[in-house]
Amino acid sequence: MIALHHYLILSAVIFAIGVIGVLIRRNLIVILMSIELMLNAVNLTFIAFSRYLGSTDGQVVVFFVMAVAAAEAVIGLAIIISVYRHRQSLDPQEMQLLKW
Amino acid sequence: MDTASLIFYLLATLLVITSLMVVFLRNVVHCAMALVAALLLIAVLFVTLQAPMVGILQVMVYAGAIMVLFLFVIMFLNPAALEQQRGLWWGFGTILGLMLAGVLVPLVATNDLPTDPMAATELFGSPEMLAKSLFNDYVLPFEIASVLLLVAIIGAVVLAKRDY
Repeated sequence: MIALHHYLILSAVIFAIGVIGVLIRRNLIVILMSIELMLNAVNLTFIAFSRYLGSTDGQVVVFFVMAVAAAEAVIGLAIIISVYRHRQSLDPQEMQLLKW
Repeated sequence: MDTASLIFYLLATLLVITSLMVVFLRNVVHCAMALVAALLLIAVLFVTLQAPMVGILQVMVYAGAIMVLFLFVIMFLNPAALEQQRGLWWGFGTILGLMLAGVLVPLVATNDLPTDPMAATELFGSPEMLAKSLFNDYVLPFEIASVLLLVAIIGAVVLAKRDY
């Protein structure tokens, strides 16, 4: 049987890949997709712990994470559409009105 | 090596490959397709961890609803030729991410974690058990989640409206 830390290492790697995506990409849609990837890595950790500790609570938490992720994706994409209308661009580097 | 580990390593390898594709492919539509594949692989991992209900929800909510929304926005904005050339920051961000992985992996790879899963009953992870937990211990968060979704709907309509 696979030990718990295999799952934890896998989700740590996926989370780090998501962080790389948020840092290096210059397209708002892909940045949002990388955030979804990070949320899913966390979900995997919850499910693995719930299985190895024999408790359903982890699965319930994943249910709530999914609800929050859906809300986040909807609001994020609405903001992206709104930004695109104003600036005709999806590049986060061009949004520097608040930059010092 | 038994079948369970073989399946796990196969799924893990594919998952890492598809996640890297999400981050490093240049075409946004290809990124979205790789993300669909990654989400489906995570759903399969959920099923192998005796969470079939959450796995089905993952397919329906993520690979179904959220990804369709993403593809609609990609289609709507058509950002194919918009991403600028990535320069020095590209390598710097990758090194930062690798450093984060280098911190996280040794942190979780300790030996005092359980190596074998708890003996699960037949009901573990079933809709019945999930619903009992959800509507007994987690009623208040459940109701708050419904309010959150309502707020998200109204916010999305207001934000994406053409003139306000």
